[in-house]
Amino acid sequence: MEFNAPATENLFDRAKLVGKSTPRIDGPLKVSGAAPYAAERHDVVAGQAYGWIVGAAIAKGRIRSMELGDARRAPGVVAIVAATEHEPVGTSPYNHAPLFGGRDIAHYHQAIAVVVAETFEQARAAASLIRTQYDAADGVHDLARVKSAAKIGTGFSGESMKDTLGDFDGAFGGAAVKIDATYTTPDEAHAMMEPFATIAAWEGDKLTVWTSNQMINWGKRALASILGIEADNVRVDSPYVGGGFGGKLFIRADAVMAALGAKAAKRPVKIAMQRPLMFNNSTHRPATIQRVRLGAGSDGRITAIAHECWSANITGEDGEHGTLQTPKLYTGANRLTASYVSQIDLPEGNAMRAPGEAPGHMALEVAMDELAEQAGIDPVELRILNDAHGVVPGDPETKISDRHLARCLKEGAERFGWSERKAQPGQARNGRWLTGMGVAAGYRAGPTAKSAARVSLSADGKLKVETDMTDIGTGSYTIIAQTAAETMGLPLDSVTVELGDSNFPVSSGSGGQWGAASSTAGVYAACVNLRRMIGEKLGFDGDAADFQGGLATLDGQGWQITEAGALSADGEMTYGDFKSDYDVGTYAAHFAEVRVDAFTGEVHITRMLAVCDAGRILNPLSARSQVIGGMVMAAGATLMEDLHVDKRFGFFANHDLAGYEVPVHADIPHQECIFLDTLDPIVSPMKAKGVGELGICGPNAAVANAVYNATGVRVREYPITVDKYLDRLPALA
Amino acid sequence: MRSFTYERAKTAADAAKTVAETQGAKFIAGGTNLLDLMKIEVETPTHLVDVQDLGFDAIEETPEGGLRIGALVSNTALSAHPAVRRDYAVLTRAIQAGASGQLRNKATTGGNLLQRTRCAYFYDTNMPCNKRKPGDGCAALGGFSRQLGVIGISDACIATYPGDMAVALRVLDAVVETVKPDGTARAIPIADFHRLWGDTPQTETVLEPGELITAVVLPEPLGGQHFYQKVRDRRSYAFALVSVAAVIQADGTGRVAFGGVAPKPWRVEAADALLQQGASAVVAEAFADARPTEQNKFKIPLAERALAGILADARG
Ligand SMILES: Cc1cc2nc3c(=O)[nH]c(=O)nc-3n(C[C@H](O)[C@H](O)[C@H](O)COP(=O)(O)OP(=O)(O)OC[C@H]3O[C@@H](n4cnc5c(N)ncnc54)[C@H](O)[C@@H]3O)c2cc1C
Ligand code: SF4
Repeated sequence: MEFNAPATENLFDRAKLVGKSTPRIDGPLKVSGAAPYAAERHDVVAGQAYGWIVGAAIAKGRIRSMELGDARRAPGVVAIVAATEHEPVGTSPYNHAPLFGGRDIAHYHQAIAVVVAETFEQARAAASLIRTQYDAADGVHDLARVKSAAKIGTGFSGESMKDTLGDFDGAFGGAAVKIDATYTTPDEAHAMMEPFATIAAWEGDKLTVWTSNQMINWGKRALASILGIEADNVRVDSPYVGGGFGGKLFIRADAVMAALGAKAAKRPVKIAMQRPLMFNNSTHRPATIQRVRLGAGSDGRITAIAHECWSANITGEDGEHGTLQTPKLYTGANRLTASYVSQIDLPEGNAMRAPGEAPGHMALEVAMDELAEQAGIDPVELRILNDAHGVVPGDPETKISDRHLARCLKEGAERFGWSERKAQPGQARNGRWLTGMGVAAGYRAGPTAKSAARVSLSADGKLKVETDMTDIGTGSYTIIAQTAAETMGLPLDSVTVELGDSNFPVSSGSGGQWGAASSTAGVYAACVNLRRMIGEKLGFDGDAADFQGGLATLDGQGWQITEAGALSADGEMTYGDFKSDYDVGTYAAHFAEVRVDAFTGEVHITRMLAVCDAGRILNPLSARSQVIGGMVMAAGATLMEDLHVDKRFGFFANHDLAGYEVPVHADIPHQECIFLDTLDPIVSPMKAKGVGELGICGPNAAVANAVYNATGVRVREYPITVDKYLDRLPALA
Repeated sequence: MRSFTYERAKTAADAAKTVAETQGAKFIAGGTNLLDLMKIEVETPTHLVDVQDLGFDAIEETPEGGLRIGALVSNTALSAHPAVRRDYAVLTRAIQAGASGQLRNKATTGGNLLQRTRCAYFYDTNMPCNKRKPGDGCAALGGFSRQLGVIGISDACIATYPGDMAVALRVLDAVVETVKPDGTARAIPIADFHRLWGDTPQTETVLEPGELITAVVLPEPLGGQHFYQKVRDRRSYAFALVSVAAVIQADGTGRVAFGGVAPKPWRVEAADALLQQGASAVVAEAFADARPTEQNKFKIPLAERALAGILADARG
């Protein structure tokens, strides 16, 4: 089914299940431990041995020798696959750094061997007996040093990341109010709870991996390309994923080394990557340096807007494009956005929740706060004043699909008690606490991708949905069940959903907040085909009939759908060209209140609010979890998360969960999330957009702005930790 | 993790003797620090002597009016004890500012005193570290040193004693009781317990090989107001950037010790004497010989501001 014109009134506008808060159907399994994660799938194949990955001890260079004898002789060892005895594996379009690169070392903790043994403990103990000698090479590990060599980056679809409109320099030069500020964001880790984990088994030429992955079809093709085998010979299965945040969009070393280990051991091998290896072996969000210049009239209307971003990656390609939201958010006739990338010798940078936009808001939306203060305008008002209407400000050829940012800002301000905020910073004090409020707008694209599913109706009226879509803790199982039940007119509990198996029809997968909108549309397409089949079988027009309560009705006639017998239909939703005339975005207003210890400078968040405009919300309960989860991550990015680069040794030094701090419960006292009741007819027949990344676009800046409002000190170097501004805090009385 | 053998000791003297006489032997109590370090082969004992059957799990009043805390009393039990909460609140507050509920249930009084540094390079066996491997060099010098020590450190090692409980014990002038392998007992003032390690950062305390901690004794209560302020990057489950333990009397005199800054809880008696003059005088005296790195020099003004906050609260 092709979606090739804006959606008109349809069954979802009269929905009984879609759009209603529905507890996650996988929830009881999750909380009772009955949902097995990859490393817990003891029953899928017999004879599982354990693999332990050895990581390189240098950031760059070559392995001179590996002494493997002691490890091979160690108790329980079944096989060792080592870089000195094995060709480098192939590459895939999704990976920048080699997952097993032979003797050449491109980054710290690159996999150089896997030790397979009867038990986990034996594999780990034997691995430490491997003695590796290196010829280390010099590398450059410092973004500030490679910045000047940067070139213009390319975006997700290969487009240039530099755009200009009008005459920025002229307009900025003549502006009555100007901001020119530089912000830095550090390298960040996904730090998901479930580590990379895979069980791999070969049957002849055929490989099965039970793994933890967000994008099953990408994974299947990538693994085939890396191992040099046919994609048809690879099966990937990942029904439950314990967090990924972009880190599991792609095949990682766990899957590759488990496959190689299983081949060498001639039996299934299980690997769960050890936590200390996760940070340097895999991917991270690259650090950025961002310069924002805003010029406005004394009335606060923006006339000139420039946002430039520098980041670096191991290949010199695929940067962290902090400018992505800037063409979309605010008006202004004269513009420049550019994102530059340089080469750096650090582990691979790659997608992490709202790649580009998450750190981009940490610059742009703080610059807006700075502009508001200079212009003497309330920050909420400034954003409403410069809100875009009709067309994308940075690309006036492109229409805006559906946008209610001003409503988000107004309703949020009202709800949050914004009028209590003191415009003058550093003025609100309660005992030892300086208090402040901050606001930021949020933009994240609302993309869709083609997505397929199979729906099977049994003679007793039960419906099974199969698609290779993943549920990465987001609630996919539930919204897919809601969609299928709604379309087929069946109760929710007669629908079962099976996900994450590459034997199922290919879905959009989970990433870039496209999963919810795309996968449900694919399930809808399959259900429409099934309705048609039922109609053909029973002699009515399945497209015209109304399906409710197990009954199809048309023109006063009714049919029990079970009378059609067992039937199965595949379907796929694809998208027509009309969409390219539009920018489909999601929007939010984020508010934060903090208190800052006037003595120590410690920041405590006291309240957060997000008001979101993302079209139809398929399941407000699970959508809320997505948004507040994003807000937690945003709080971490603002206040603590920081992969510390050792610029001499070229690695992230704090590579465990004690050293890389993410927020704990005590950091997040009160969060609220409100959804506007909007519908976007351009996105899909569901009129629904994702929210999984909207929640991390803006709350970061809102917290930073609240810290400024509390203290009068602007910290432009994230994270905002006490060492960065203690000396600028108001003097002690 | 390397293979090791394991036994449960029956008496304190046996335990001490076994550890002293067995090459590569170590005590294990709660295991919350030791096992983590064994998994990454920072610690590689060949034999573990588990001390959990030895008793040492009571908190009793001493004839002097203080408390004797058995070495195996858990952090949870110690911090919750009514007499501790009433008379030694600084200790309760310090313990509860540390680790997490689950860890405190398992962590013991003796093991806590001996927890090892949290320097990132100490945890990564690919990196040079004099503490892990004497003579290897120190990766933290010129590297990621934000968390590390500013005073009492050496060119060989700039790490800290990272714990909280001992900082309160230092303010209280607690005494550590031990049994040596030859069966003799000794009492070590907490002030002397952790070493300023100089060229030998691998040796962190004055304990002799095989010497077993049996108890920690608190002298009679000090009265006054008790404070423990721990400044960190998140609100729980994080080690201190700087912590301040203080007992302040009504006349403004008192005692203060700092955590997260040195190889031991940092207390300078001459600085205590300046408490009535305010935080800046105290910190100037206590940190007169500080040698911070560019990354951690903020710890000194932070210590001052944290103490200023305490003194303001003490005045009410
Ligand atoms: C994630 C995490 C966070 C933490 N956060 C904090 C924190 O914020 N603040 C804080 O203070 N601590 C913190 N800790 C440390 C924790 O408090 C210590 O791990 C714990 O107190 C150690 O006690 P244990 O009984 O488990 O010692 P073990 O791990 O059993 O032993 C530690 C050492 O002491 C030796 N030992 C044990 N008992 C004796 C004895 N009776 N005599 C002689 N030697 C002995 C052992 O041989 C070993 O070398 C944290 C730990 C973890 C894992
Ligand atoms: S500071 Fe001490 S613990 Fe850290 S690397 Fe240097 S010697 Fe090792």
